[in-house]
Amino acid sequence: MKKLILLSSALVVALSGCGKKETSTSEPSGGGGKSVSVGFSQIGAESAWRTANSQSIKDEAQKRGIKLVFSDAQQKQENQIKALRSFIAQNVDVIAFSPVVETGWEPVLQEIKQAGIPVILTDRAVDVSDPSLYATFIGSDFVEEGRRAAQWLADKTGGKAQIAELVGTPGSAPALDRKKGFEEVLAKYPDMKIIKSQSGDFTRAKGKEVMESFLKAPDAKQITALFAHNDDMALGAIQAMEEAGVKPGSEITIVSIDGVKAAFEAMTAGKLNCTVECNPLIGPQLFDSIDAVLAKKDLPRRIVVQEGVFDQSKAAAELPNRKY
Amino acid sequence: MFNITHISFWIVFAALLFFTRKQRILWPLLALALLLLFNDIFTPGFFNLELREGHLYGTLIDILKHGGIVMLVSLGMTLVIATGGVDLSVGAVMAVAGAVLAQAAINHQSPFVAMIFALLVSLVLGAWNGLLVAGIGIQPIVATLILMVAGRGVAQLITEGQILNFTDATLVYIANGYLLGMPFTCTLVLVLLAVTYALTRGTALGLFIESVGDNDIASRYAGVNSRFVKFIAYVFAGFCAGLAGLVAASNIKSADANHAGLYAELDAILAVVIGGTALTGGRFYLLGSIVGALLIQTLTTTMYARNVSADIAPVPKALVVIAVCLLQSDKARRYFTRLFPRRNPPAAMTETLTAAAPKVEAGS
Repeated sequence: MKKLILLSSALVVALSGCGKKETSTSEPSGGGGKSVSVGFSQIGAESAWRTANSQSIKDEAQKRGIKLVFSDAQQKQENQIKALRSFIAQNVDVIAFSPVVETGWEPVLQEIKQAGIPVILTDRAVDVSDPSLYATFIGSDFVEEGRRAAQWLADKTGGKAQIAELVGTPGSAPALDRKKGFEEVLAKYPDMKIIKSQSGDFTRAKGKEVMESFLKAPDAKQITALFAHNDDMALGAIQAMEEAGVKPGSEITIVSIDGVKAAFEAMTAGKLNCTVECNPLIGPQLFDSIDAVLAKKDLPRRIVVQEGVFDQSKAAAELPNRKY
Repeated sequence: MFNITHISFWIVFAALLFFTRKQRILWPLLALALLLLFNDIFTPGFFNLELREGHLYGTLIDILKHGGIVMLVSLGMTLVIATGGVDLSVGAVMAVAGAVLAQAAINHQSPFVAMIFALLVSLVLGAWNGLLVAGIGIQPIVATLILMVAGRGVAQLITEGQILNFTDATLVYIANGYLLGMPFTCTLVLVLLAVTYALTRGTALGLFIESVGDNDIASRYAGVNSRFVKFIAYVFAGFCAGLAGLVAASNIKSADANHAGLYAELDAILAVVIGGTALTGGRFYLLGSIVGALLIQTLTTTMYARNVSADIAPVPKALVVIAVCLLQSDKARRYFTRLFPRRNPPAAMTETLTAAAPKVEAGS
């Protein structure tokens, strides 16, 4: 019996090890001097976009010979706070992370500040009253992405559209900001209105389920356009439209954000009209900033990632270049 | 609201309520009826049904289709809970099954091989839970927590962190196909329900499960192989979760290791509890769990149909669930009926709550 318990607890350790997925991707590659170590807490691996984002960071760390402690929060803030505390305990030189949600970071960021470790935010911002809690924020400008999506839609439809909106995870920065930017531009076009808005949680399954429900509402026939806060929800919604006998891309004009490979494939098939790029390949920019922080150089508070807008006319040419 | 289909629907439902008036399933059915009635009156188009491309199309069909996943999971969960345990790993097992299915399909396995492979893996995962609980005697919550945490990691390992797409027509049919005008998922649920019912109520297995859940030691002295009974329950729960995982993956034609079956264990436990099965084990109600799952999905779909913002949607959901759980409890029902003539029950509730609150503060 005792042996069995020992065996099972060993298995528990082994299994929970692979659940946590905290891995050191690269070891310092020789060279004199003290090697730099960076702790990075990723939101999860919820989409192809996120995976490409993680990969870009891991690749760049390896290239520069920086020791990267990479931790996956699996969409939970509590996991992320745990990871940040473990980075303090491991005494890394710089902590970088993509916050799962905007709020609730003050206490743990104070702890990091007291430990004297600089913090760089990537991809999503945090809502804190003390600006000294982080050095810089590298990421896409979600408000601008929302504006671009709305502007493209306004140009395409001549300023006339009845829009259904698939919102991201409630309370997350991209969902709040993309909605804000989109509505900002919409205010200039009196004939463009959001007639339905519901959260699809940034996932395909929910995007599909919510779109099905939109299409069954009595005013479903009025919907002429769909704005999805990410490509995955748009891809789910496209399935729902096809099953309901509505032609995606022609009967309903679809614009989404991210620019993942599957979205480009959908565009070349004529099912998606436009995607506003949200570039995940931030590795080089992140480690440039880490170098600058460690050299005590001044950094801008906000570093914006280079991004484009792609519609069907550019999709076929761009598809082979898509890494994610 | 007054056309012939509506009237016949409500007559059938009223008859159902009448025939179950002395049974436990009455309460979840009553809650479901009230929720549907609310939608029939206040949500335009909720009851619209039409024929499109040879199958039924409408919000009610959506409820059956999407509720199928929780129904499948809750059937297995019912038996596990009946033995006095709980299986927290079903969501993770769903993710693993979906990942195996997609990976096999992408590697050009025939769809049936892929499905059998995915179901075998979920059986193995269920057996692992069973081994820990029945074989070694670990607390069910702890034992299944292991796979709940690790399983999603395993699923991500299989998919290499990507969303894997597949296009095989057979695999897509599982969640998107229609049989006799109804979603194929319904057939799947009905078959599994019939098999489970026949196995548990047609043989002594159901009685064994109840006796083990009621009193493990006493049933062992009475000659029931309680370890084996528990083991079988967990294996079955794994199988059900695997099946649900196939449906979830098929629905979006891809395996999304991160989101497939996320919080499915909680939905399933809720469905089982709403259905009248006690978490302490002993009695179980398979049909009750199905009605519970239907109620949960109806609530979710109601939120979409009424355009309730996702920020506040959990509040009305929670209120309905609390109401159903109170209806379920004999004690609460007696309490309310006793209090009703003199005092308002909700007022009494808040009174006890505020009375309890300072105590908590003092303790902390």
